Amino acid sequence: MKDPWLKLRAFTPARIALGRTGTSVPMDEVLRFRLAHAHARDAVYSLADIAGLQEQLLALQVPVQVLHSRAADRHEYLQRPDKGRRLDEVSAAALSAIGGTGNEVVIVIADGLSATAVNRHAVPLLQQLLPMLSKAGIALAPVCIVQQGRVAVGDEAGALLRAKAVLVFIGERPGLSSPDSLGIYLTFQPKPGLTDEARNCISNIRPEGLPYKAAAEKAFYLLSEALRLQLSGVHLKDNEQLLS
Amino acid sequence: MGYSCTIKHVTYRFDSLGELLAKASPFRSGDALAGVSAGSYEERVAAQMALADLPLGTFLQEAVVPYEKDEVTRLIIDTHDAAAFAPIRHMTVGEWRDWLLSDEADTLALQQLSPGITPEMTAAVSKLMRNQDLISVARKCQVVTRFRNTLGLKGRFSTRLQPNHTTDDPRGIAASIVDGLLYGSGDAVIGINPATDSPAVVVGLLNMLDQLRQQFDIPTQSCVLCHVTTALQIMPQAPVDLVFQSIGGTEKTNASFGIHLSMLQEAYDAALSLQRGTCGNNVMYFETGQGSSLSANAHEGLDQQTCEVRAYAVARHFNPLLVNTVVGFIGPEYLFDGKQIIRAALEDHCCGKLMGLPMGVDVCYTNHAEADQDDMDNLLTLLGVAGCNYIMGVPGADDIMLNYQSTSFHDALYLRKVLDLRPAPEFEQWLLKQGIMDEAGNQLQIQASHKLLKLV
Repeated sequence: MKDPWLKLRAFTPARIALGRTGTSVPMDEVLRFRLAHAHARDAVYSLADIAGLQEQLLALQVPVQVLHSRAADRHEYLQRPDKGRRLDEVSAAALSAIGGTGNEVVIVIADGLSATAVNRHAVPLLQQLLPMLSKAGIALAPVCIVQQGRVAVGDEAGALLRAKAVLVFIGERPGLSSPDSLGIYLTFQPKPGLTDEARNCISNIRPEGLPYKAAAEKAFYLLSEALRLQLSGVHLKDNEQLLS
Repeated sequence: MGYSCTIKHVTYRFDSLGELLAKASPFRSGDALAGVSAGSYEERVAAQMALADLPLGTFLQEAVVPYEKDEVTRLIIDTHDAAAFAPIRHMTVGEWRDWLLSDEADTLALQQLSPGITPEMTAAVSKLMRNQDLISVARKCQVVTRFRNTLGLKGRFSTRLQPNHTTDDPRGIAASIVDGLLYGSGDAVIGINPATDSPAVVVGLLNMLDQLRQQFDIPTQSCVLCHVTTALQIMPQAPVDLVFQSIGGTEKTNASFGIHLSMLQEAYDAALSLQRGTCGNNVMYFETGQGSSLSANAHEGLDQQTCEVRAYAVARHFNPLLVNTVVGFIGPEYLFDGKQIIRAALEDHCCGKLMGLPMGVDVCYTNHAEADQDDMDNLLTLLGVAGCNYIMGVPGADDIMLNYQSTSFHDALYLRKVLDLRPAPEFEQWLLKQGIMDEAGNQLQIQASHKLLKLV
């Protein structure tokens, strides 16, 4: 039984006017929903394409460090957010050995809840962002790829590299309509133990959401402001009217 | 003070009441994350055995969070009704579980008991209960509340129409409201989670909702789920039916939500003074959920279910129209899978009802939890049998703003049909008048000329 208000779908992406059979959802919508959930589930269990990312980053002449959090696998990652926020011993030692001058900015790419998002969007986003950083004379530490990483893992990576600021590219929690949204989190003077109020976030980066160029401009703006004002988080206001 | 239980040659000791409660809790990921759960299956049962032997009076003598440092503890102790407690004061927790399941504990006895029980003793007894017990006991409770209609009557089952939109677009929201109303949803409340807490946006949405309600003479209430401080600020110029707030079971949790009890009292008094209810004056709407205290690092060493039931003591102080536990929203680090979500929901519903609250449940999950629509169907059906007051109604179960899956308008119709439940009586009459539902409770075919379809 169809609903005579299909035209209302023009006003919202919500699943309205689905029709019904008895009181139940018709077959086509049941399968459409199930497919969307399947995409979201597959995204949660997707793996970062380390070889592919390394190859593409090297082509951009970007040095890369591949790291791992203390969460051994996805099962542990999902239940122990504390472990996903910290680097494992080998990774921490590798970054300590590299160190830094205290002047670099570090970009961390973490799989988060959707490696699919990282695999699809991290490199195209960097292709937009890197020239802006280079033109502004902002020095970069090696790009860190962290497997089983949460946002706060960037704080430890940034601290070990003595970075002035960290940008974490991370796969966001998949929604039914967006299994591959990428987020960027900015933290000035990263160190372990910081919480969300110390960060600025740019969300929903994907071609159907916030496009790469706009996201890169926003990230560059926030980073420049953080370096100028020497802070990030709730006190760093987004006064640029790029996205409103 | 310590507690212990010996099984064969092993004596398990529990240094505090909080530790005993935590170790007696059925396993869930959040308690493991907090490091408070039992170390083995045997230790869990040992804790449950020790808990079963504990006199209920113990809970009035030992606070799980010190009285001096926590205003929720002070509220629990200071408002305890000793006369109402008298019928069970000689019992242990285990004896109380048996009594709750006995025929003696009927609807009236449970209603009279509720001011006499504390959240900790309620949490304790629920930890000893199987899912079946949680359903049996909850089903005997009846908590009826009123604003513009009557919610919680036996044989009734209501829904919050939740028409959220990614950018708070009024036409997009209105489209989802019309969809929901034509599917018989919205008797508990039409409640929007705004994408922003901006007072101007909230006022705009409240005006839109109020106009819609008056235009179609809908016997329900509306709410925009903004922060309590925003509600207080806009109340003089906006049609606020219900004051919403997320609450937790410790002072520190509530501080993380930016609230104190005095703030809730101020908002409660202000909303009462508006006198907008026509059937009654229950003006508050609270949301809770296991894990919120730990997530704010404010759990005070307690397990997440004990924290949750303490939040119900906060809720009950303000005679709410609606309380719901948003059970699967918080994610797998607190409730890992369908089994844990279902158990937690049944606990929350039963404990809330025992405490005298009009409990609804947001039957829901996120995409990183080990759960799917089948788990939600199971939970929905169990809650219907348990006599849950209401669930959410979200178009196609997909909340496009909050990015999680809740229950659909269709889900509520399914439950009403298989369990022979009806909407709130005033709303049922309205649905009949609108030609949306027939006397037998069947959904009618809607014509393109229906006046609600002219709204958007």
